[in-house]
Amino acid sequence: MSAARTPDDTRTVLDAAEITRALTRVAHEIVERAKGADDLVLLGIPTRGVFLAQRVAERIRAIENREIPVGALDITMYRDDLRRAPARALLPTEIPPGGIDDKVVVLVDDVLYSGRTIRAALDAINDIGRPRAVQLAVLVDRGHRELPIRADYVGKNIPTSKSEKVHVLVAEHDGEDAVRISGHANGEDQ
Amino acid sequence: MKRHLLSGADLDRDDALLVLDTAAELASLTDRAVKKLPTLRGRTVVNLFFEDSTRTRISFEAAAKRLSADVINFSAKGSSVSKGESLKDTALTLEAMGADAVVIRHHASGAPHRLAHSGWIQGSVVNAGDGTHEHPTQALLDAFTMRRHLAAGKGDLEGRKITIVGDVLHSRVARSNVLLLATLGAEVTLVAPPTLLPVGVETWPCSTSYDFDAHLKDADAVMMLRVQRERMNAAFFPSAREYSRRYGLDARRMAQMPDHAIVMHPGPMNRGMEIAAEVADAPRSVIVEQVANGVSVRMAVLYLLLGGATLGDGTEA
Repeated sequence: MSAARTPDDTRTVLDAAEITRALTRVAHEIVERAKGADDLVLLGIPTRGVFLAQRVAERIRAIENREIPVGALDITMYRDDLRRAPARALLPTEIPPGGIDDKVVVLVDDVLYSGRTIRAALDAINDIGRPRAVQLAVLVDRGHRELPIRADYVGKNIPTSKSEKVHVLVAEHDGEDAVRISGHANGEDQ
Repeated sequence: MKRHLLSGADLDRDDALLVLDTAAELASLTDRAVKKLPTLRGRTVVNLFFEDSTRTRISFEAAAKRLSADVINFSAKGSSVSKGESLKDTALTLEAMGADAVVIRHHASGAPHRLAHSGWIQGSVVNAGDGTHEHPTQALLDAFTMRRHLAAGKGDLEGRKITIVGDVLHSRVARSNVLLLATLGAEVTLVAPPTLLPVGVETWPCSTSYDFDAHLKDADAVMMLRVQRERMNAAFFPSAREYSRRYGLDARRMAQMPDHAIVMHPGPMNRGMEIAAEVADAPRSVIVEQVANGVSVRMAVLYLLLGGATLGDGTEA
């Protein structure tokens, strides 16, 4: 496990190769649980979840030799903290042409933290259709849940303090693949 | 975004693009099983209509309901306004009922501005048409429609040539469109008989012309304005037939437009007057689409004004 500390107290917890391995393992686990990939649909939560969903879908395609529908699900309108900040710009939602009715939907996000994003995503899914099942895949689970929500597939469990920040960078959006943590591990909860 | 939307000039380029981009995302809601979002749950939107309206009121009502806001419709007919209640007392009543936004249409130019800046109410004010002054959400839905057809649904309208024809003098749609389209980089030409151009039009960010035929060949969009006879208490042109011949859009004129150019009309239309029936029903006419886009654009406006923290009241971070 690399834990190289940079001068500004940011450390890298996953590098590009580790992210690749984690996503490959998650892809295998999804296929195994789904017993094939007949009715899988991957929905990434913008921004970075969408790129991660595309990568996982590519790996499933390589394993199962079939196309996996990938979409994007913006949860902005379903957030429970909308009134705490000025109105946010919406991000794209793209539901694959086949829809999600009676499919196994795997939500893909970069970091699982309070669980509130996933709560919002479940509400959003409810308005779009009725999947047979909804599962959750995240690259990083950093703990500190505020709702009874857990991930089905986790790239890496990373214990954190609430005062720390987890930064997931993906090449498609940030120019490199990395997961970094900044802030003080021993800081008081805010 | 400012707290109120009163004029096409209240939006700078970034705000206007934010509204249009938000509307584009919200437009996909139409294809969904549940055409509703929970975003404005618990917020109250009052539609305060002192003047008759079909599409604008229904459009605002649909937009607010799709965002789960509570909607109170108030029309002057059948209310205490017909007993002589003033705008101020009506506003104080609405404030007491806890309106988070007031969508107002009024026959007097400036009424929304008065409502927004008088201190009578705390909520946002959206101008849904005031007298012959402004109708900013119409301009936004027009810009949204143009962007879909002329700019692949993205970015601004830089360099697009828009010809707006007809009764500019009485048109709140024309004024709001000129202001917003100029912000988005479009080149607007107003075409009207001299009697139907308002005083001071030379200060608007557009050019003017009396010759419709000269502005057909290079137009990306031609927007026809309704001849507002109900506001005409004098003779602005000799006869309907002559007006129609010089400033009406018929099949002959439509044939001179470039192939990609679209025909627009804010409605309601006087078929046979400013627009021929065959033009209104032509494939390049986007008049019905304008109405559909109106709901998405008004949802975007209501979301951006009401969806976030209440600005300036200090109760929420």
